[in-house]
Amino acid sequence: MSAVDLTQFHKTFFEESREGLDAMEAALLALDSGSTDHELVHTIFRAAHSIKGGAATFGFADVAAFTHVAESLLEEVRSERRAVDSGLIEVLLRSVDCMRAMLERSSQGRPVADAESEALRVELVQLVSGEIAAPAVAAASLVAPVSGWNIAFTALPHLLQTGNDPLRLFRELQQLGRLEVVRAFITDSAPAQLAELDPSQCHLGWELRLHGAVARGAVDAVFDWLDGDCELTVAPLPDAAAVPSVPGVPAPEVAPPAAVAPRTARGTPAASGEGSSIRVGIDKVDALINMMGELVITQSMLSDIGEHFHLSQLERLREGLLQLERNTRELQESVMRIRMLPIGSVFNRFPRLVRDLERKLGKQVKLELHGEHTELDKTVLEKIGDPLVHLVRNAIDHGLESPEQRRAAGKNETGTLRLDAYHEGGNIVVQISDDGAGLNRAAIVAKAEQRGLIRPGQEVDDAEVAELIFQPGFSTAAQATDLSGRGVGMDVVRRNVRDLGGSVGVRSQSGKGSVFTIALPLTLAIIDGLVTAVGEERYIVPLISIVESLRLRPEMVRKIAGGGEVFHFRNEYLPIMRLHRAFGCNAAITEIERGIVVVVEEEGRRVGLLVDDLLGQQQAVVKSLEAHYQRVQGISGATILSDGSVALIVDVCGVVRLGQRGKAAA
Amino acid sequence: MAKILAVDDSVSMRGMVAFTLRGAGHEVAEAENGQLALDVARGSSFDLVLADVNMPVMDGIAMVRELRAMDAYKGVPILMLTTESHTEKKMEGKAAGATGWLVKPFDPEQLLATVKRVLG
Repeated sequence: MSAVDLTQFHKTFFEESREGLDAMEAALLALDSGSTDHELVHTIFRAAHSIKGGAATFGFADVAAFTHVAESLLEEVRSERRAVDSGLIEVLLRSVDCMRAMLERSSQGRPVADAESEALRVELVQLVSGEIAAPAVAAASLVAPVSGWNIAFTALPHLLQTGNDPLRLFRELQQLGRLEVVRAFITDSAPAQLAELDPSQCHLGWELRLHGAVARGAVDAVFDWLDGDCELTVAPLPDAAAVPSVPGVPAPEVAPPAAVAPRTARGTPAASGEGSSIRVGIDKVDALINMMGELVITQSMLSDIGEHFHLSQLERLREGLLQLERNTRELQESVMRIRMLPIGSVFNRFPRLVRDLERKLGKQVKLELHGEHTELDKTVLEKIGDPLVHLVRNAIDHGLESPEQRRAAGKNETGTLRLDAYHEGGNIVVQISDDGAGLNRAAIVAKAEQRGLIRPGQEVDDAEVAELIFQPGFSTAAQATDLSGRGVGMDVVRRNVRDLGGSVGVRSQSGKGSVFTIALPLTLAIIDGLVTAVGEERYIVPLISIVESLRLRPEMVRKIAGGGEVFHFRNEYLPIMRLHRAFGCNAAITEIERGIVVVVEEEGRRVGLLVDDLLGQQQAVVKSLEAHYQRVQGISGATILSDGSVALIVDVCGVVRLGQRGKAAA
Repeated sequence: MAKILAVDDSVSMRGMVAFTLRGAGHEVAEAENGQLALDVARGSSFDLVLADVNMPVMDGIAMVRELRAMDAYKGVPILMLTTESHTEKKMEGKAAGATGWLVKPFDPEQLLATVKRVLG
């Protein structure tokens, strides 16, 4: 085994291979949609080529063998011996999937090749018209029964310019056996005048004799790089037949560089698949170091003040603390940015998905991606994929109509599906819009009645209809297709998004289409919050959910049947949610006009939260309640305030829902 | 110990090459494609260049051609890291001025043996 531990490069190899496969897939899809850019073919080829090289180098023989065949096929495309057609793209896309799965299994240390990959490999082999060059196998070093070789070696003038040096060749030959220089001569190409001699040109030739039982292959290996740079004849020494080879003295073996026995993946530990890593742009690291430097300066300034403190320096101290605060915040932002990755890596799966769905459902879809560079926290990014896939599937399956229906409705036969990602306030917003039929109000209401989600004949406004599709167990597809009829509904999408601290809602217009909007926090770890007092307790309301805070006059509040309270706020009546009642706090203010109402909004729903007082804004490092205690309705986590006490963070979604329930009951 | 420039777009391959060579005491500079390699080569001098063939932006063959056009790199050994399935690439590399090649896949020992072969 080699002294260098190659397993340390496995993780990098898997990561770059995954990226390579993504690039391959994207390029294949671009070719499929009619692009004739030759660079796409190069990209695809290069990715396969790199994966093959890496897999072979790092000992993933099965992956290398499979990729080798795929690469051979791609080579035919690259050299324009094979035309690109949809059949070829189909098989190559399947190959991408297969390689992805094989790499995944490799990284987990599981057996790599399976019946499926083997079948596909055979399919590829049959497609490749030319003969597939077999992977290199260790060349048997045949020891010729010779006593040595006569070597006539004449350099061509340009030999030195290829970086080759005759001296090196002689050194190597010497390692094989005893080397005798019979004659060295100047070739005819040499200039007649010494002054005309160009030192970069070589005009020399040699007659050499190599003594020893040396294999012909070993001699050839010495000169293997000089094909076209010299004239070379190698012949056995004339007395070869007369002299028997000496038994017991094996010729030194020089393995040709190609001689690498394929290694099996079995012996490699699976540890490389453990733990995920992140690739960080150097600019982010530089920013971090820069910030760190400023922090150090501030710290030294403060400790300087502290050492010889005098009241007259109070102003400087205050300045220093302000600077410290600024540094800390900037440092924090820089650290956060390290975890941020562009959403493009998630968006990139959709061209393929959309293409497959188009075929399956007989629809025509134009996919538009916008804002791929918008960055998201790595954890959020990893978990947002599935909900997005579900929404995209839904949009194509239920939202977009068939070409016939679209034509009948006077629309373009090709539907448009648009994915957008952008920053809005402290949030990242991801939108999935389609220009399909929009939500089917009648079907939704009928289904909701059947499911008992609403009373028969109950009045529901558009927002409520939209809200119904997120209810557990709700599915309106007349026939359950294999895409969306698998029991995973919009409620799961919403739960997944909520688990990420985000929200999802939908706006729809009949005949015009639907827009699903997902709002996600920039990071899961820290929120900007408003600290409120309720009795003895402190609650933090996430700043992004707050619309406004106000003190109500008694006449603004109406009591409604069932004990609920509402107040008039900008042309609508909002339910009042008494936090002290919801969370069971003692000694809180109970008269609405003495407290403060914080209007919060989530998914277009507004509720007024009654608290005693507002204590100020603070960044809260979110600690999970579930991890330390249990899930609590209306609470998303806890944090530690600057005085060391614990405050709970209000889950606005949950609270709004509580408020809605109160309203519905009213 | 020699100064070596390792050029490969694959981070894992380049990492393996650089790590191996550094372990043997060589000073290694890295570049992820031919264009960047030329920039690095211009700003410094190297005893040996190891370059992958297939790279984006500028491939290994074009890089060799450009390097050979530079006075400082006329006689510097340049090895192509290539795969056995591309015999024609070896010759193309040679035609562009490469010294020789190292066939992928190779292990660290083969790499060191080949480097030793060139550097003596």
